[in-house]
Parts: sequence; structure tokens; C-alpha cells
Amino acid sequence: MSEPIVVIRGVEKWFGGLRALGPVDVDLKPGERLGLIGPNGSGKTTLINCLSGLFVPDKGTIVYDGRDITREPAFRRARMGIARSFQIPRPFTGMTVLENLLVPMDYLGSHERSELERADEVLASVGLAARRDAPAESLSQLELRKLELARALVTEPKVLVADEAMAGLSENEIDDVLALLMRLNDTGVAIIMIEHIMHAVMRFSQRMICLETGRIIAMGTPQDVAQDRQVQKVYFGERAGA
Amino acid sequence: MRTLPFLVIAALILVGGLFLPQFVGNPYYFFAGYVVLQYVVIATGWNILGGYAGYINFGTSAFFGAGVYVAAFLIKAFGAPLPVQILAAGVVGMLLGVATGYLTLRIQGVYFSIATVALVVVLETLIHNIDYLGGASGMQTIAPPAPAWFGGQTQYVFCAMLVLAVVAVVAARFIERSWIGRSLRAIKASEPAAEACGVPTLSMKLVACAISGAIIAIAGAPYAYYASHVDPLSAFSLTIGLNALAMPLIGGTRSWIGPVIGALLLASVQQIATVTISSEFNILAVGIVLIAFVVLAPEGILGLIADLKEKLRRRGARP
Ligand SMILES: Nc1ncnc2c1ncn2[C@@H]1O[C@H](COP(=O)(O)OP(=O)(O)O)[C@@H](O)[C@H]1O
Ligand SMILES: [Mg+2]
Repeated sequence: MSEPIVVIRGVEKWFGGLRALGPVDVDLKPGERLGLIGPNGSGKTTLINCLSGLFVPDKGTIVYDGRDITREPAFRRARMGIARSFQIPRPFTGMTVLENLLVPMDYLGSHERSELERADEVLASVGLAARRDAPAESLSQLELRKLELARALVTEPKVLVADEAMAGLSENEIDDVLALLMRLNDTGVAIIMIEHIMHAVMRFSQRMICLETGRIIAMGTPQDVAQDRQVQKVYFGERAGA
Repeated sequence: MRTLPFLVIAALILVGGLFLPQFVGNPYYFFAGYVVLQYVVIATGWNILGGYAGYINFGTSAFFGAGVYVAAFLIKAFGAPLPVQILAAGVVGMLLGVATGYLTLRIQGVYFSIATVALVVVLETLIHNIDYLGGASGMQTIAPPAPAWFGGQTQYVFCAMLVLAVVAVVAARFIERSWIGRSLRAIKASEPAAEACGVPTLSMKLVACAISGAIIAIAGAPYAYYASHVDPLSAFSLTIGLNALAMPLIGGTRSWIGPVIGALLLASVQQIATVTISSEFNILAVGIVLIAFVVLAPEGILGLIADLKEKLRRRGARP
């Protein structure tokens, strides 16, 4: 067994008097596909914000690639290889699709191939090649989600977190994004997928974690987690009742 | 516009302007032209932080006034020549920008804007209490004589301001097209997303503050020479702060040419209007035009031109 690339230990995040997350322990192995589920407000995005550096946890440590990064700023973690997409797409407006990819590439250390070639490759891989020179403002919802992924991919990360990258997409589009993430995973990138669409996340994940009010209530194979009594109660129960 | 034609045009304007005193006799044109060019510099400097990075500076006159008083001090203390005054003002403006940014940018957006207003009050009060610089009533600034070639003080400061305007616009265009401009626009669109893409947002905002502060302060430096009298009221004037944001917003903040268009238009109209109408009316008029643009054409004149092009293209595409 290889050493985990991400080790999260006892991480907590409070907002005022509310504990939004934790304490949680999570390991992620290199090249692993981890699914993260849980009802709305259960702390999934908060966990990811702690991992990517937008939040500093109030307690606990985060180790990446053998290095304590708990207090490292977000931009350094991005350069170390932790990439993420946002639940609500945050395109760089006022730029073309291509320029959106150049932003992270400006800070890439090595330039083995020409930057534009690499950007074009990534755009083709997510199916945005035709929109290369379109202003980011003109993209559709699907295209915006693809742009989120493209911008994360272009830096050749070791860990990618996709925060509800498939919300609001059609079945065909979901298959598209799933196939894209699978191909990426084949190249050795570890992926954490946050998703409400159960069949997608179950198909994708090797291992799943379910959060509820900031705590891990189940962890294991997708089947185990889906059949867990507590998960059934908080997750499917809520869904069925909604 | 491509880079080569741009640089050729910039060089032609520069050379043409420098020879203008040899052909135009009436110093009034240089007197009025100076103010228009001064606003090209101010609007261009403002736009680097306000337009590209989206951090609205209401306190432009603090940076401008700092430049004015640095120059006035250097004239009084050392009789320093204009180029030295300009360089010193640039350094002070840069430091002021970094200091303001460092104190306020950790908190987001609107607090920065509020702090810039406070900065004007702080600096103006400071000057009021420095007797060496004339306090509230200001001081005479008898500058060393201009080089004979220019044919007069006014012509000389006009040419100096022209050089500054060309340098500022070339710098702004370079920044806009480089990785710096891309990072600033990313910050404007979404700071969390920019951070997640590896952009060191705090450092980049400080860089923008430094460049913007330096350019605006530089615009103030020749004023002591130009007016031969400086006082806190005109150095820290509301008109400067208002014009600095009105000109880029009216011209369009996305590209270097927006502030240039806005400054040329607004400042020229104002120069004509001050001869005929009062300066209070001036501020009122700028305010009304600004509100109209913010409401009706938030992308400024550049946005209107882009819309028009798009409409024509669609019409052309229809069979
Ligand atoms: N920036 C914030 N400020 C205050 N409360 C927050 C913030 N971000 C998240 N929360 C709260 O933390 C809890 C977890 O939110 P979140 O992590 O977004 O949940 P999820 O992604 O699982 O839907 C929620 O109660 C939410 O209201
Ligand atoms: Mg969420």
C-alpha cells in the first residue's frame, strides 16, 4: 500500500458558535477516487475549503505529500498540486476561455511544452475547444462547469476536488463529465468527488465518505455506505421526504 | 491594436508634442493641454487598480496631493529640477500605495474604498500642520527656470506631462496584456478562484496599489512647477478624486484606451466649460454624466462600441 498523499487529522471549522465541520479524519491515497456525500449543509464544501486553503481550520492538521500545509496559503497549495473546482462556477469574466486557463499557467513552474499547446489540449479534453476564444461570460451552465474543470486540470494537479461538478446537468452531460474524470484518474490524479447525484458518485468512487452535521457517519465501499442505516436515514430519508 | 502600430503611434505623439512649442505660440493651449494630459495620467493610473483589479480608489487626490507636495518640498529645500521631483513623487506614491494596501486589503473590497477616503483627510490634515510647506494657506513654489529650448515654463511642464502620459499609457497597456493584468482581472472576477489557481492575490493587489499610486503621484509632481503656488485645497481637491473614477468608468475600464478616451473627452469639455461656466457646475455635470453611464452603460464608451459592432455583425450575418 502506498502512503496517503493527503492526511487530514482532527480538523474542525467553526463559524461563530456553530461547528460546521469536524472533528474529521480523512486519508486520500495517490490516484484514489474518493466520493464525498452528505445532505446540504453537512460540511462538504467546508472540508474542501480547509483542504484547498480558503479556510484555515480552527483545530487539527492537514498533511500533503508528507508536508504540514495546515497554515499554507491557498495559492501555494494550488501550486503544490491541489486543484479544485467550485460548486458555483466562478469564471474569470472579462477574459476568453483560453485566458482563463492562462491564469493558472502563468504560475506554473516548468514549461515543458508551449503554454498554448497545453491549454489547447486541456480544452479539447473537456470539449471546450470550439469555445476557445469566446468570452467567459457567454458560456452555458455545462460549459462553465467544464471551464471550472479545465482550469483545475491545466496545472497538472496530483489531487483534484470536484465540488458538485455535475449539478444541474443532463444524464448525457453527466456521462461526459464522469468519463472525463475517469480519464484524468487514469493518469494518476487522485480525485475527491462531492456529489448529490447518487448513481454517478457510486459508479465513480472506489471509496465513499458520508458527512452529516460536520461529522463522518460512514466510510467504506460505495455499496457499504449506501446501505449504511445511518446514511439511509439522514441522506436517503431526507431525500425521499423532500 | 497590435503592439508595433501602437508603439509607433505613441512615439509619433511624443515627438510631435515635444516639437509643438516650436510651432504654437499661444501659451494658453499648453496651459489647458497640460490639464487634459494630467488627467490622462491620473485616469490611467487609477484604472490599474480600479479597472483591472476592481478595487475602487476614492482617494486619488491623496496620491495626487502627495506628488504635488513632494515636488513643492524638493523645490523649496533643494531647488531640485523637474525630473527629480517626478521620480521622487513616484517613489512616495508607490510607498503610499503599498502602505494603504497593506493596511486595508486584507479586508475586502469596500473597506479599501473607505480607507482611501480617510487617507485624503489624513494627508490633508498633515499638510495643514506643516508650517514649512505653508500650512493651510499654501506656499509659493518658485521652480528653477525651464530649459530654454521649450520657450517657457508652461510649454516645459506640458511636454513633461506629455512624456508622463505616454509612459503611463504604454505601461498600462503592457500590464494589461501581461500575466500581471491577467492575475488582476482574475482577482476582480473572483478572489477565491484566483487563489485556487495559484495567484498570490494579496501580493498582486499590493503590486497594483504600488503601480497605481506611483502613476497618480507622478501626475501631481509637475503641478508645483505649473501653478507656482500649491495649497492643500487644490492639491487634495474633490475634483481630482471624482474625475479619476469618472473618466475610466465613462471611457471603459477593461482596456487601457478606456481611461484615455474618458480623460480626453471629460477633461477637454471641462477645460472649455471652466472658461465659460463655474467649477461647481463642473463637478455637478461630471457627477450626472457618471451616474448616467453607471446606470445606462456600465461598460463605458468601449462597451457601447463593442455592442454596436456586435449589432452590425449580426445584421451583416443575416441573409
Ligand atoms: N463562510 C461561511 N460563513 C458562515 N457559515 C458558513 C460558511 N460556509 C459554510 N457555512 C456553514 O457551514 C455549514 C456547512 O456548509 P457547507 O460546507 O457549505 O455544506 P455542504 O457543502 O455540505 O452543503 C452550513 O451550516 C453553512 O451554513
Ligand atoms: Mg457544498
